[in-house]
Amino acid sequence: MAERYVKVYTRFNRVWHWSQMVSIMLLFFTGARLLGLHQIGPFGLAVTVHTVVALALLLLWAFATFWLFTTEGWKQFIPRIAGFAKVARFYAYGVFKGEEHPYHKTYERRHNPLQAAAYFALKMALFPAIWISGLLYLTYGVWGANDLGSAMLTLIANIHVLAAFAIASFVVVHIYLLTIGHGFREHVRPMITGYDKIDLCPEGEAYFAKQGKLKPLED
Amino acid sequence: MKLRTLRVTAFVSAVVLGAGGAFAQSTPAGEETPAAGAMSIASDLAAKAAHMSDPVVESTADHSKFDVLKGPFKSGPEVTAACLSCHTEASNQVMHSVHWKWEYQNESTGQTLGKAHELNAFCGNVASNEVRCTSCHTGYDWEDVRAPMPDDPTKVDCLVCHDTSGQYAKQDNLAGNPPLEPVAEKAKTITGKAAWAVDLIKAAQSVGPEPSRENCGNCHFYGGGGDNVKHGDLSSALFDPTPHVDVHMSKDGANMQCADCHVSDKHVFAGSRYETDVVDPHAGDMKPGQPREVASCTSCHTDAPHKGPNPILGMKLNDHTDRVACQTCHIPEFAKGGVATKTVWDWSTAGKLKDGKPYSEEEFVQSDGKHLHTYLSTKGDFEWGENVTPYYAWSNGVMTYTLPETEIDPTQTLEINSIGGGAEDPNSRIFPFKRMIGKQAYDAERKVLAYNNVYGPGNGTALWSYFDWEKSLKAGMDYAGVEYSGKFDFVSTYMYWPITHMVGPEDEALKCDSCHAKDGRLANIAGVYMPGSGIGIGGKLGLVIFLLAALGVAGHGVLRLFGKKGAHHG
Repeated sequence: MAERYVKVYTRFNRVWHWSQMVSIMLLFFTGARLLGLHQIGPFGLAVTVHTVVALALLLLWAFATFWLFTTEGWKQFIPRIAGFAKVARFYAYGVFKGEEHPYHKTYERRHNPLQAAAYFALKMALFPAIWISGLLYLTYGVWGANDLGSAMLTLIANIHVLAAFAIASFVVVHIYLLTIGHGFREHVRPMITGYDKIDLCPEGEAYFAKQGKLKPLED
Repeated sequence: MKLRTLRVTAFVSAVVLGAGGAFAQSTPAGEETPAAGAMSIASDLAAKAAHMSDPVVESTADHSKFDVLKGPFKSGPEVTAACLSCHTEASNQVMHSVHWKWEYQNESTGQTLGKAHELNAFCGNVASNEVRCTSCHTGYDWEDVRAPMPDDPTKVDCLVCHDTSGQYAKQDNLAGNPPLEPVAEKAKTITGKAAWAVDLIKAAQSVGPEPSRENCGNCHFYGGGGDNVKHGDLSSALFDPTPHVDVHMSKDGANMQCADCHVSDKHVFAGSRYETDVVDPHAGDMKPGQPREVASCTSCHTDAPHKGPNPILGMKLNDHTDRVACQTCHIPEFAKGGVATKTVWDWSTAGKLKDGKPYSEEEFVQSDGKHLHTYLSTKGDFEWGENVTPYYAWSNGVMTYTLPETEIDPTQTLEINSIGGGAEDPNSRIFPFKRMIGKQAYDAERKVLAYNNVYGPGNGTALWSYFDWEKSLKAGMDYAGVEYSGKFDFVSTYMYWPITHMVGPEDEALKCDSCHAKDGRLANIAGVYMPGSGIGIGGKLGLVIFLLAALGVAGHGVLRLFGKKGAHHG
């Protein structure tokens, strides 16, 4: 077994991640303006940016979903039990003792079990919650006439805001976890260059070398 | 063949008819040709008709050409009689209008309203003060509002609405009659100007079809006894407003007249403050070119008028129209254009004298430098406001009034009229109002609002002449035929006036965060979700989750720091 830098994140993968990052940050900022958490910029501008960015992100998601299901990338996000406890124990205890991360990435499973579970929850619960409530909010003009007293709109808006805060909490933990182990820059680099350190058997090494997915050894 | 037969028939008929006419006039048959006889009747009737060589004018009738309007006229009713000689049905139409009857049957509340019946927060009541109050009536000589105006077509004042000479006016204490030669000393018109002798002939010959803003404004801009006193959004500033003051009426805007929105049918005008068209029930089923019947914004603009500033905001702004009236955003303030409106009228201080004489204080300075009265011995204390922020409330347009015999609770601020509707009603909108603050006399024992006799020089009871509340109220109540205990006090009141005029240009409309903010303009409005006005349960819960995540991460980080250090030292 040897650890080699393998091209784990394709260009689409990286574009997807970073445009999602920029969109979500813009949505947080404008969303907070609409909620009244800050007063930076006009309200109307915040509405416009929030809507445009949200629609663009939905389009990106549509592409990403299509991409995931046609490339078998979706399998990366299926949670599993094996190794879950070990990783959980590491974050709760081992990390304080300077232990090594118990999970070693493979090409087929680049997420550790805890990570996979978190992404699964994000994709299956929080993202649908935010965009379904968001679309309903956006299309109020179509159904709002039946919402006397604003009960439905209030419910939808509250779900939307709650989901947004939950996603924001995810982002906080997500960024924090980048600082664990080999350090922030080490963790961010693969999502920029596409290459990540992967355990490879000699056959695998040969296979990826042939595919041109191996980063040449520097020394 | 057929044509020729027709020509022959026509000729024969003309000869027979012409001959008949000639015989009837007993003129010798040989002197005048039959055809010329027919011509003479036509030319008599058409003697004043404009020829092709004359300039083309708007109207089909030039009233200055009518003999019947050449006068002389000794009074308003004589002019009206002349009008009726052609417009035989006009007075009948007018006499079926609120303008004439001062009575309004509110079908949705069952109340009988109108100036002749209700009490308001200004001069209170018409009864016992007639000749002063009815100076603005669309008729002549209504001297007792306890009975309807008599069915007398000549008592309708045509000129007040149709004069275009600009010199017709009503005197402020002649029950609707104009000041005529000789004009009484110190007489005033209903707009407060020194009265002049009206030239009735000039006025009669000047009449035009639809009333202009001058016609409407000379009464409606001066409601409550002075310029903009009552409505707040109807003042002399609308005679020639800038687009800022009124984008519809400005000559640099749409240059519209009152009657362009307040369309009329048989002399009955659309628009009412008793039942306001908050939503336009027929805007949707109107065919192109079909005449409108209501004075509502949406009857011209539709309920989805916003196109910008970009398609998304346009759509979002249109999403508001099912809950927010156009006026709410588009009339951010009223009493614009340099004419203040009365905002507070406290009757309870009226009657104070200095050295036995009435006095006044003029401590409000209007933006044009004019001093307005803040105390009058005749009327009490006042406050005024310019560019006033409206009061907002859910409204379905229907007002329920505190009628003269309604029992009141004087410990609470009494609503002279209460606004109908609410968030649960699809026909209600958030609507702007002028909220007039008052203090008015009531019967302290019977707990009903009191009639006051304020006007009546020489009658021994009128407040404005004798400054004695006891006498004024006794006289008012007796006149109105309402039981009076003889004990009175003053109750705090609110009266609501819908704000619908003085729409500014679109870039002066309220911005989003006028309402979408903490303590925004609609902070007192419940039953509608307003993002930005406060954080709801979802937001609070979300904030807790977010803070827990942040705290957890921070705690984890600190522990790691200590852990590593410990490991190092170890």
